[in-house]
Amino acid sequence: MMRRLFFLCLALAIAGATTPAFQARAQGPLRIVIDEGVIEPLPFALPEFVAETPAAAQYARQISQVIAADLAGTGLFREIPQEAFIARVTSFSSPVQYADWKAINAQALITGAVALSGDRLTVKFRLFDVFSEAPLGDGLQFGGSTAAWRRLAHKVADQVYGRITGEGGYFDSRVVFVAETGPKNARAKRLAIMDYDGANVQYLTDSASLVLAPRVSPTGDRVIYTSYETGFPRIFLLDMARLTRRALDDQPGTMSFSPRFAPNGQTVVFSLSQGGNTDLYTLDLASGRRERLSSSPSIETAPSYSPDGRQIVFESDRSGTQQLYVMPASGGAPKRISYGQGRYGTPVWSPRGDLIAFTKQNNGRFHIGVMRTDGSEERLLTASFLDEGPTWAPNGRVIMFTRETAGAGGAPALFSVDITGRNLRRVPLQGAASDPAWSPLLP
Amino acid sequence: MTLFAKPLLLVAAIGLAACSGPDRFGAESGADFGAAGAPGSAADPRSPAYFQQAIGDRVLFAVDQSTLSDAARATLEGQARWLISNTDYSAVIEGHADEQGTREYNLALGARRASAVQEFLVERGISPARLRTVSYGKERPLEICSEESCYAQNRRAVTVIAAGGTS
Repeated sequence: MMRRLFFLCLALAIAGATTPAFQARAQGPLRIVIDEGVIEPLPFALPEFVAETPAAAQYARQISQVIAADLAGTGLFREIPQEAFIARVTSFSSPVQYADWKAINAQALITGAVALSGDRLTVKFRLFDVFSEAPLGDGLQFGGSTAAWRRLAHKVADQVYGRITGEGGYFDSRVVFVAETGPKNARAKRLAIMDYDGANVQYLTDSASLVLAPRVSPTGDRVIYTSYETGFPRIFLLDMARLTRRALDDQPGTMSFSPRFAPNGQTVVFSLSQGGNTDLYTLDLASGRRERLSSSPSIETAPSYSPDGRQIVFESDRSGTQQLYVMPASGGAPKRISYGQGRYGTPVWSPRGDLIAFTKQNNGRFHIGVMRTDGSEERLLTASFLDEGPTWAPNGRVIMFTRETAGAGGAPALFSVDITGRNLRRVPLQGAASDPAWSPLLP
Repeated sequence: MTLFAKPLLLVAAIGLAACSGPDRFGAESGADFGAAGAPGSAADPRSPAYFQQAIGDRVLFAVDQSTLSDAARATLEGQARWLISNTDYSAVIEGHADEQGTREYNLALGARRASAVQEFLVERGISPARLRTVSYGKERPLEICSEESCYAQNRRAVTVIAAGGTS
């Protein structure tokens, strides 16, 4: 007997409609623990979602493909090809033939349906634990315009991922990055934004001025970045809806760069160079009030807030080489946390608060790594000629970064890797790209 | 002058690519002065082209360093003398780094290098008001191979002469 379906709005779903069901299954077989690293991806079956109106057929097919690609793209799941299916799903409400799915070794089954009315799409889905012969969580329904069909797919995939891993999802998110064109000695750069998987690229600035290292606000509506628009590096604030921008700090004789939002979205921490010395400052966006956080002859840069806003991790060469330090967000005595071989830079606090991602240079190689916030349990996730600039997925379980190839024809591209060091992937984009900045999960 | 022949060609190419851009003080602007010709040519000691080619507009740095070498100091002595006798010009000093480093750190390192040159010129009597500094970090390499021969040319501070003395 099928469980009754609950059609809920997204807000309700996020508020925890799925949590009790998940907790009940915590000891069951349909469970992936990301910290342990996954040797064998979990096989799932995703029969093409049923089109409930003829015009919805195209969307049903595409949405099904994006959901499957999201899940398989994590490296935690493996899609069973449709050709292997014994059962056919022709109606969303027909009973699940568990034996048919067990026979092809599907551990998870995802069924769904898509309806189209005007330009409004409705997607509903169910997730089943095949071996327990039971649904995993309630059925859910999402609605949106046809233009947002990929987002609807990502929302379904986030639900499935969340129920099976116990982690928050990250598919319904975007990434701001620097799109690059031209030869290595005259690179043109412009800000761009894409879906997390490389789809839907749009440009946010033209390429008249060099732009570097964008960061997305905690509410996802603004971007802060460094531009050479005035001929000197300056931090700018961009409103993503209106595409308007303004310079935030324009002190003559100085350069400002490496900005990052505080979790409150109102304060920005950044580096300011004056007379060859680079220190950390904060800027209150509303009042324009600037405060100096560090005052030493060494380089202090690449600051990043802890998610509670109380601490800042940054890099400094005060010891003689680049190393990582943590200090109170109001300034004060920093504590060094990196002690391994080589140089450490670009620290970024995980949105979960448990880890700090960084770039490490050692023996002529670059690595992306993670460590606990006290510097312990350092783990290198990647190695190449030049990896740098990690950014966290909203759930703190995946990192995207820049990988640049060597030589005259060298060019940067975006890659992602999960925190266990598995599933290294290149983000599919047409041109060269660098400096990714992952947005929060979309509303 | 094999030292400068190759960079100059590249500089000319960059100048074309960036001429519509607002990076007014890039190494690119040097191309404006590069054309051979009578007034303002490299043969004219009062020309920025002479400054760039005969005196040398750039000094090089060791890996991750901003200390001026003896060779750099010799070049900068020449730059200072030229600036003292050509007061109609100001200068923007660009600091650059090679690609072996993270983006933010290289920006800060380039700032150190530009500042080292600025301090030297100010010590030699150039008014600070005539000198501005900018760091490009690793964003504007001259040489594009990923070997020390290229890196050595990219770890540089370039004094770019601009019309209009500010004092």
